Amino acid sequence: MKHVIIGNSAAAIGCVEGIRRASRTDDIVLVAAEPHHTYSRPLISYLMAGKTDRTKIRYRPENFYRANGVQAKLGRRALGIDPAGKIVTLDGGETIAYDNVLVATGSDPLIFPAEGLDQVENVRTFTTLDDAEALLRSVTAETRVFVVGAGLIGLKCAEGLRAITEHITVCDLAPRVLSSILEDAPAAILRRHLEENGIVLKLGTSVSSFARAGAACTATLRTGETVPFDQLVYAAGVRPNTALVKDAGGDVNRGILVDTLCRTSLPDVYAAGDCTESPDACSGERKVMALLPNAYLQGETAGITMAGATAPTLPLLPMNAIGFFGLHLLCAGVYDGERTEHTDGQNYRSFYTRDNTLRGYILLGRVERAGIYTALIRGRTPLDALDFAALRDQPGLIAFAGPVRAEILRNQDNQRKREAAAP
Amino acid sequence: MKKIYVREEWCLGCHLCEYYCANANLGGGNMAKALKGRPVHPRIRVEDDGKISFAVACRHCDEPLCRKGCIAGAISVADGVVCIDREKCVGCYTCILSCPYGAVLPAEDGHAVQKCELCIQTAGGSPACAEHCPNRAIVFEEGGASA
Repeated sequence: MKHVIIGNSAAAIGCVEGIRRASRTDDIVLVAAEPHHTYSRPLISYLMAGKTDRTKIRYRPENFYRANGVQAKLGRRALGIDPAGKIVTLDGGETIAYDNVLVATGSDPLIFPAEGLDQVENVRTFTTLDDAEALLRSVTAETRVFVVGAGLIGLKCAEGLRAITEHITVCDLAPRVLSSILEDAPAAILRRHLEENGIVLKLGTSVSSFARAGAACTATLRTGETVPFDQLVYAAGVRPNTALVKDAGGDVNRGILVDTLCRTSLPDVYAAGDCTESPDACSGERKVMALLPNAYLQGETAGITMAGATAPTLPLLPMNAIGFFGLHLLCAGVYDGERTEHTDGQNYRSFYTRDNTLRGYILLGRVERAGIYTALIRGRTPLDALDFAALRDQPGLIAFAGPVRAEILRNQDNQRKREAAAP
Repeated sequence: MKKIYVREEWCLGCHLCEYYCANANLGGGNMAKALKGRPVHPRIRVEDDGKISFAVACRHCDEPLCRKGCIAGAISVADGVVCIDREKCVGCYTCILSCPYGAVLPAEDGHAVQKCELCIQTAGGSPACAEHCPNRAIVFEEGGASA
């Protein structure tokens, strides 16, 4: 069997490792547009802050491709897939025949048009190693940085740059930070923490126009305020890269549509990671869940399936672990049903329950052992079978009934089987 | 492979395993001297509600969600032991979000995580918690036969 993997990040690497779990001998060709060894995209903000480096940012050891028998074609772009002829065409016209192909092409950042944007030089986005290195070259202690977008990417970029310059302003149309994953109360705590650490936030507004005078630029916000800056970073969302599947005639919505085994609507064409749309185990809705753990799990599942073995399919959840200036935020699931919340002003925790199950949670500050909650969501564990009131205050296995706890502690595989059995 | 198993009915709730774990991970030696007057950060934790007590440490899963989800590629499996590369870890806590046992914990400095690695780096492959448990409530064995 010959497998072609298009991409080189978490989903692609998961696919390599999935294939190798099932087969030591199948051929694997990996094609990626970026010339770099596989690296961790979420770590680029840590690179800015000096908390990782060009070597440590590698997602897998240097010998990964050789050790896994992968023919890596890095710096090459896949231009098309012919699902009838089972051929991938690369830039330069080279063709590769496949038995199975995985599309793990991720997403690209969006730059919304705005009046005067064409006058601004060096507009950057913040999703790749090259983006981070370009900012490291251009930003100094004197640089005033303006970040459009107070989501995960924009705020991590701001935090990373804060190690270099004190002058950082972040703007977002939403009235709160991390609007896609936080509700108002925890967002207010996080906002205060960011501001205490020197990030200037302009929320609930957007840029009406940009203007340039010499090297310096100015953004005028819809509130009428002006923000002078030297470096602009766009972090206002991403678009899944679906073209390869769409052009080949496959089903695509916002992302490439895949089932729980990561099969697309085209035979022997799989897709995984940020370019896909798949069912959220909590809500049942199809979503682009552009998160690294999900990308890896999808890639691994695709790889095992491509190699002809039976893959365990874990239900995928929206879930995030992220920290800013020492304040950690962990959240998972969906925020519907009955909410209970507790805060002391610094730490915050809320839980969402419905139909005797935990649906979601948000923890800010004190986050230890949060995975116990995540497992309850993933496994749809009936809450009346455990002491949930105690568990909310203090996550621990002691909240489970004795025999259940004994099973959990004895054999980790039971947990996996329970999760795999969840619909 | 041999793993740590706990026998809840034998646990006295003495927390000695936590001290031996912390000491082993500080390089062993005289425990009283090493730990006197400082907070301990063990990789095994005793849960205790006054009636029931038992210790929890990494289960070294066959399908480790911590490794699969690690955004830094800092978690690997070597001969069945799930290990963290502290140099690569950036302390994002995705593993804490993922571990169903709550067995991955923030390290003392908060900039990375730590977990039980069965004392492979410290006490020569014989976990200090099991070695020193006074009531054999923690055992290091194949398959948890006696657990």
